[in-house]
Amino acid sequence: MISLQPDFCDIEIPEKENYSIEDYSSSKARWCSGCGAHTILHSVQKLCTDEQLPPEKTVFVSGIGCSSRFPHYMKTYGFHGLHGRAFPVASGVKFRRPDLHVFVITGDGDCCSIGAGHWVHAIRYNMKMVVLLFDNSIYGLTKKQTSPTSPLGTHTNTHPTGSVLPPINPIQSTLGLANVSFVAQTVDWKPAHLNATLKKAYDHPGLAFVRIVQRCPIWMRENYEPTVKDPDAITVLNHENGIVLEEQALKKFRHIQEHDPSNLVKAREIAELVKTTTPIGLFYQNKEGTRYDEYGAHNLGVPVEDRIDAINSLMDRYAI
Amino acid sequence: MSNNSETIKSEPVKIERKQIREAVVEIVSDSGEGAQKCGQSLGTISAKMGNGVWTVEIIPAEIRPPARSKAGASGIRVRMGSKKVTNMGDHADMVVALNEQVLYGRIDQNAYKSGTYLLIENKWATDTEETNAAYTESIQKFKALGYIIHEIPMEKECLKHVSDPRKGKNMWVLGLLCNIYDRDLSIAAEQVKAIFSKKSDDIIQSNIDLLHAGYAYANDKLPMHFTIPSKISKEDFVVMNGNEAVSLGVMAAGIEVCSMYPITPATSASHAMAEKMESAGGLIHQAEDEIAAIGFAIGASYAGQTAVTITSGPGIALKTEFIGLAVMAEVPLVIVDVQRGGPSTGLPTKVEQGDLLAVLYGAAGDAPKIVLAPSTIEECFHYIILARKLAESFRTPVFVLTDANLATGVQPFPRPKIKSAWFPDPIDQSKWEEGVKAYDWDPDTGLSKRPIPGQKGGMYTLTGLAHDEESHVAYDPAINQRAAESRSRKLAALHKTLKEPKILGDKSGDLLLVGWGSTRGAIEEAVERARERGAKVSSLHLHFLSPMEPGLKSIFKNFKKVMTVEINYSDTIGNPLITEENRRYAQLAWYLRAQTLTDIDCFSNVYGQPLSPIQILEMLEKKLDLTLTE
Repeated sequence: MISLQPDFCDIEIPEKENYSIEDYSSSKARWCSGCGAHTILHSVQKLCTDEQLPPEKTVFVSGIGCSSRFPHYMKTYGFHGLHGRAFPVASGVKFRRPDLHVFVITGDGDCCSIGAGHWVHAIRYNMKMVVLLFDNSIYGLTKKQTSPTSPLGTHTNTHPTGSVLPPINPIQSTLGLANVSFVAQTVDWKPAHLNATLKKAYDHPGLAFVRIVQRCPIWMRENYEPTVKDPDAITVLNHENGIVLEEQALKKFRHIQEHDPSNLVKAREIAELVKTTTPIGLFYQNKEGTRYDEYGAHNLGVPVEDRIDAINSLMDRYAI
Repeated sequence: MSNNSETIKSEPVKIERKQIREAVVEIVSDSGEGAQKCGQSLGTISAKMGNGVWTVEIIPAEIRPPARSKAGASGIRVRMGSKKVTNMGDHADMVVALNEQVLYGRIDQNAYKSGTYLLIENKWATDTEETNAAYTESIQKFKALGYIIHEIPMEKECLKHVSDPRKGKNMWVLGLLCNIYDRDLSIAAEQVKAIFSKKSDDIIQSNIDLLHAGYAYANDKLPMHFTIPSKISKEDFVVMNGNEAVSLGVMAAGIEVCSMYPITPATSASHAMAEKMESAGGLIHQAEDEIAAIGFAIGASYAGQTAVTITSGPGIALKTEFIGLAVMAEVPLVIVDVQRGGPSTGLPTKVEQGDLLAVLYGAAGDAPKIVLAPSTIEECFHYIILARKLAESFRTPVFVLTDANLATGVQPFPRPKIKSAWFPDPIDQSKWEEGVKAYDWDPDTGLSKRPIPGQKGGMYTLTGLAHDEESHVAYDPAINQRAAESRSRKLAALHKTLKEPKILGDKSGDLLLVGWGSTRGAIEEAVERARERGAKVSSLHLHFLSPMEPGLKSIFKNFKKVMTVEINYSDTIGNPLITEENRRYAQLAWYLRAQTLTDIDCFSNVYGQPLSPIQILEMLEKKLDLTLTE
């Protein structure tokens, strides 16, 4: 006689979640009014909603600085770590967790100065994650010191008579790194382009590096205002394989340049223009780059008996 | 080859052997001459014969330092005994030197005594005029020091079998030593085969020929022959060094991510696991730098993987900010520090126990963490498994402090039976219990359960900023106070579970020696020898350094004096500038003085050498005013 457990007839139908933008928003952001980070936060939350990313499977990893407070304002998993060290932490998170959606939130000081060594190697690891470089060209949280991307001559508290070194060009630098697979640039004040860029970055099978030119109304108003106000300042890079805007949105830009994102040499040429103008769009994409996260996940779930066998076979070498 | 067959066919000279309890043998040479391989093999052969063994490597800081130089001495010491051997011993009984210059460094380190046999390559006597003069002068000096010298044509003998004597001279020397110490020649031949298992049959055969030739030479031409009886154990034994034991410990602990950056003397721990880590279900990540190595491990651990980072002192310095974060945000992590001479780059290949205070107090603010110190090769294995469990249970980084002496020292021990219970549970991906916060600190123990990405409803943002139970940035100072108390309470909770340390010798007396880490073998041997001569000295050895093992204060009260024995710097009483007020103590002594309010003395030095029993005995003679050495 077969006896049945009382729950034999219970069936579990998985709940179909439908995430709305509120499901991703946590406490009220504490950035200054007018800070470009607000629009980026909204755009990221929109991406999560559009892609229906399960909040428990989504991790935002940041360093230190204004932008790095970002994870606290998301209702997902977050890691607000050390100055400059978001990359190694995010790489460790992703290494053997292919199921997690990983985002890195970093700033110009965080990525291009104190964390520059990790930036170089994270690009080379090319693990699937979206990296958002919030570049406002200034140290904001510590109150107006020169950043590695401050334009030459920027008046700051460390260089009151103007900064003395030419800035790092993060687009050009990233395009020069081994195994680079996705480099895009956008600005925080063009939401349609920002949204389309984030979507393209999210879909990329590798590390998507996105520099977002970001307004800092407190310390750098004079720096970004001409770009925001001048309709000639921005050039849109256009291509069917690039960041595709709807016709209406594209029409709002005066300058449009055709650029095939598979052309690395041309991408580097255009990146030189970042010094004087603001090209936005997809500079470069290679979907075939070697991915270190694939290596990391290749031997997940080895059964305990097999693990013990492997250890014993190594132990045998030391047996007497 | 015809010469060779003649040698083997000719009848060996009949010899008589003197039975001895133990022998300390050194092989020293220029770098790259295979002295270490020779010594390791002698150690393994002896272990296989059931002898107690301890080997310690003599390593220059460079890969190929200049030939025939004092600083370039590369080699190994092997101590073989009838009983278990726990340290490198006192002076060497025999040294094989492939040139005379490399001996000077060892003589400075007081490695030999009058009566030590010196077997020296004599080809330098017929080299250039300059070398010849240096050799002849040295031989005179060595004679004056009382060494018993045998000049041996090693290269000439090897040339009978191979065209390049640099390849294989070490195996000839192995044969020589096997004969002198009555090592089983068939076990030795198996060992030679194992060493060259990846080489051609010709190479294996020529090395075995050299082994036999060295054996025959010692049999027929040398006057000293010994035997070291052994009790062959029925137990299943393994023989390895401390880094290899750490490596196997990492795998047996079920650790999935070993994140490291190359640093001497820690790196070989990662080499040892490299081949099998993948099939054991884990991976080694060689990071771009020391900081990234720990950051990566912390990221992996945050995402539910078990992780270890293995480094040495300079790496700990670089990792310190991340260590603080792991404590603050309560991320489980095993950190192995294979200590070397410091500060700064210091003595990369030499031993020091110099990182204790840096590990305990190195971080900014109060960063309590668990610190363990294995004292034997066997413990190096088991303490990694313990560390992994403690890290998970106490949601904190756990340090395992070893050192260059344990890292390269080789000792046989019972083969561990790998248990599935040592492996961590699979990553918890069940729904996070509603209402439970990310840091629901238990008010008594400070312990809390941690959510892992993937767990529904457990979402939180880990932060290094002061935070409340929900991991929200704390703007209320009372929260910071409470959080700090909770992190500290975890150590108190662990302390409650620990046992009092065992005392070697009586529970009261004139002097108690206190040690930690790799010095245990030398301290305990010295204490046993001193006690045989009537000294009222005892010792205890600490394995938990944070939290500290319980009962110390009351143990100390039963001794007239208490003294730590360590390998790190301390001011020595006697210098006119050093007073009781300004004396800087050895690291464990500082810590114990503060914790127990006991006037604890210390004996320590930074010669970069493992301590020998004789050094401790000589110190005890002065302290206790007794004669304890021959």
